[in-house]
Amino acid sequence: MEQLISILFVYILIENFVLQHFFGVCPLLDSSRNIENAAGMGMATILLMTLSTLVAWLIYTQVLLPLELYYLHLLVFIMVIAVLGKAVETLFRRYFPYVHQQVRFFLPFNCAVLAAALLVIDNNFTLLEAVIFGFAASVGFSLVLLVMAGVRERLAVYGVPAVFQGAAIILIVAGIFSYALTTGLGGIYSP
Amino acid sequence: MNSVILQDIWRGIFQENPVFRMFMGLCPLLGVSAYLLSGLSMGLIFTGVLICCNLIFALLQGGIPAQVRLPVFVIISATLVTTVDIILQVYYPGMREELGIYLLLLAVNCVFFARVEVFASRRPLVRSIFDVLGVGLGFTIAIVVLAGIRELLGTGALMGAEVFGPHFEPIRMLREAPGAFIALGLLMALANTIYRKYRLLDDDTENEAGEGGSLWNS
Repeated sequence: MEQLISILFVYILIENFVLQHFFGVCPLLDSSRNIENAAGMGMATILLMTLSTLVAWLIYTQVLLPLELYYLHLLVFIMVIAVLGKAVETLFRRYFPYVHQQVRFFLPFNCAVLAAALLVIDNNFTLLEAVIFGFAASVGFSLVLLVMAGVRERLAVYGVPAVFQGAAIILIVAGIFSYALTTGLGGIYSP
Repeated sequence: MNSVILQDIWRGIFQENPVFRMFMGLCPLLGVSAYLLSGLSMGLIFTGVLICCNLIFALLQGGIPAQVRLPVFVIISATLVTTVDIILQVYYPGMREELGIYLLLLAVNCVFFARVEVFASRRPLVRSIFDVLGVGLGFTIAIVVLAGIRELLGTGALMGAEVFGPHFEPIRMLREAPGAFIALGLLMALANTIYRKYRLLDDDTENEAGEGGSLWNS
């Protein structure tokens, strides 16, 4: 239980996917135009990432390891994520059409999702740990996306110098977030 | 060399640079840019995989139905990345350790799909190969510059060789994640200055600001 809570908080805040490992910087630039946009992308990612870590764990331990095909894990995970991504997209289009409109970025090309599946294998998680890990990592990702969307809405009102507009200022803001996390929260818990 | 080929290559490096203009492929770029050597190898691997991907996809193109283009493309790129991974495991295990998970993440890099889909499906094979060569070189240049700056100021050395002497105090932040973001942000601002000078950047920034501000206006 302690282990699970620790995984939850470490991967939401301290080992944040975007700010510490750079996974998912492309969707950060693309899908943080406004709060709705970021929330839609965040919800889709949470669903997809939790599901894909679960399925990736099951396939790796139950199929690939017994058959000694572990070197195929990248290929298999990518296919799993592509299929699940399509499923999540269809689900959102059917039940939450408004959210679906916001997710313009093609979901499986979010490298954070693949990174989560691969890290589950690297860290030797159990099934429950793997699911919590996927959930925590995606919540961390969505959190950064939401905060960044808020910052961008403010930045649009203030006069950002012309050459810094667009990706440059977003990356610098992300750097400041990241610095706050490493110096501020990194000291509380070191994994 | 005729000028069309040079133009194709130059477009990928300058006008349509994957990092500074398309804002794609940032994950491997930021991830392995702490040291110049690993950055350079990532750039070369990126270029190689992109060219092979383009070649295979272009050859298969006639036989792929439109609905499954994406899955087929992803399988091709994943196969190539797995191959590179196994080759590195055998011959350069140290380098593979350094690139780590970012090497595997090349398989879902959006530059690959964007470039191969947009260019290769409309142009003859030879031209599309030179085009992706240009894009690969554009990425390599970006990662080499970023990694060079980070290694030089973050450790005071370049390719492991001491540059500044013993009195230099390295900027520790540049070796870590925050430094990568801030250094790339500043580089992008520099690139924007250059693009602005050549009048390549006018509409883009205004669109960006307009879209972000729409919530406030409505």
